[in-house]
Amino acid sequence: MQLNKKITKEVIEILRPLVPDGQPVDIETDLVADLGLDSLKVMKLVETVEDNFDISIPLNILPDVRTVSDFVLAIQKLFEDE
Amino acid sequence: MMTIFEKFQPLAETRQQLQKNASNFFNVVMEEIISGTEATFNGRRMILAGSNNYLGLSFDSDCIEAACRAARREGTGTTGSRMANGTFSGHVALEQELADYFGRRRAIVFSTGYIANLAILSTVVGPGEVILLDADCHASIYDGCRLGGAEIIRFRHNDVEDLEKRLRRLEKRKTNVLVVAEGLYSMLGDRAPLADIVAAKQKYGAYLMVDEAHSLGVLGDNGRGLAEEAGVEDGVDFVVGTFSKSLGAIGGFCVSKHLELDLVRYASRPYVFTASSSPSIIASTRQALRILSTRPELRRQLWENANWLYQHLRDLDFNLGPELSPIVAARFENKEDAFKLWSNLLEGGVYVNLVLPPATPDGHTLLRCSVSAAHTREQMEHICKAFTDVKG
Repeated sequence: MQLNKKITKEVIEILRPLVPDGQPVDIETDLVADLGLDSLKVMKLVETVEDNFDISIPLNILPDVRTVSDFVLAIQKLFEDE
Repeated sequence: MMTIFEKFQPLAETRQQLQKNASNFFNVVMEEIISGTEATFNGRRMILAGSNNYLGLSFDSDCIEAACRAARREGTGTTGSRMANGTFSGHVALEQELADYFGRRRAIVFSTGYIANLAILSTVVGPGEVILLDADCHASIYDGCRLGGAEIIRFRHNDVEDLEKRLRRLEKRKTNVLVVAEGLYSMLGDRAPLADIVAAKQKYGAYLMVDEAHSLGVLGDNGRGLAEEAGVEDGVDFVVGTFSKSLGAIGGFCVSKHLELDLVRYASRPYVFTASSSPSIIASTRQALRILSTRPELRRQLWENANWLYQHLRDLDFNLGPELSPIVAARFENKEDAFKLWSNLLEGGVYVNLVLPPATPDGHTLLRCSVSAAHTREQMEHICKAFTDVKG
């Protein structure tokens, strides 16, 4: 599945304030290994994405999300399912 | 290659930090249990201000006597699951008494409160259905959700607007939705906005489960919890609770107005594959349940003590939870500050819970007290003085 550019851009924008200044973020960035996001920050990310896209993200999908692109694809799938 | 223990390295680092700043944290062993509110640790007497023993019933003489009689009569354990040889007449009687006390049609007793949440949440809703849980729900609720096959969605803590938004999004799915909230949230002692949650679940045709673990015996004229206090018991489909707090023992239960709750017994693995509670536990719990109805003065004393500690810590400028309850928690941005105060309180002869994120809301470290009706005036004064001293 192709990554939706608008969703990718917005997710990266939401991530920026959650990571240290100057830390690069792209689609291959690993949320935990590269960015060191702890569970609280991951939930903050999820809540902000939910608000911005007006969707609910089930916790069940999170174990399969490692990278930014995994997360974007999961969001796209939620839109498709709707 | 990494060893299987490599992933625990962050825990090792936190432990090292704790050992440096609060070395006793890993060595709290109660040596002599003097009462429900006092024990010795390292040979010194200590007031227990973090034991969830809200009504002090773990040392009630009638409860102890009932437990001893049952052990002599029926043995120390059932040695079996409820589905096999582990259903004694006491288990059945307690289930009926819980149903009567709550005014519900069915009750199931479980071996712990944790298992009660695993059993209900992993079974009542399944694949294709949805659980909407408050973000600050207890770990046992999260674990129960994970054990089942339902879709799990969080709503912001105590935010009914956020809950409604999510219920609205789910409307077109036309599936069963179970909303989950707690009576009193265990970390900060705040209540759920239950009347509004009930209104929302009714508007969208959802079901509601309320965990009254910390509110049973504490809230409501008869101690039935937040649903009683808020006047919305009819709107709650499932009440889950524990015997390990106000009832002074260990165990869990679920009561419901739905007759079909009985069917959960056959479908729920945590119920089927666990040994049932020992006769002594069932007997003391039955006695404690009678006390909830017959001794409302315990609840009054509990709230008097809670009010006293809450006001005192507020006057000392501690950053407390948002409302008065028997759970009085001071929040700290800086872990080291909390470690130091916790150690100093222990030195001062007072044990409170030191709770670290992510088990706490908003990433705070907590010094969490839980007040008991059994705390005497002198003990309350000692606890307050210890906090004054550590605040410096």
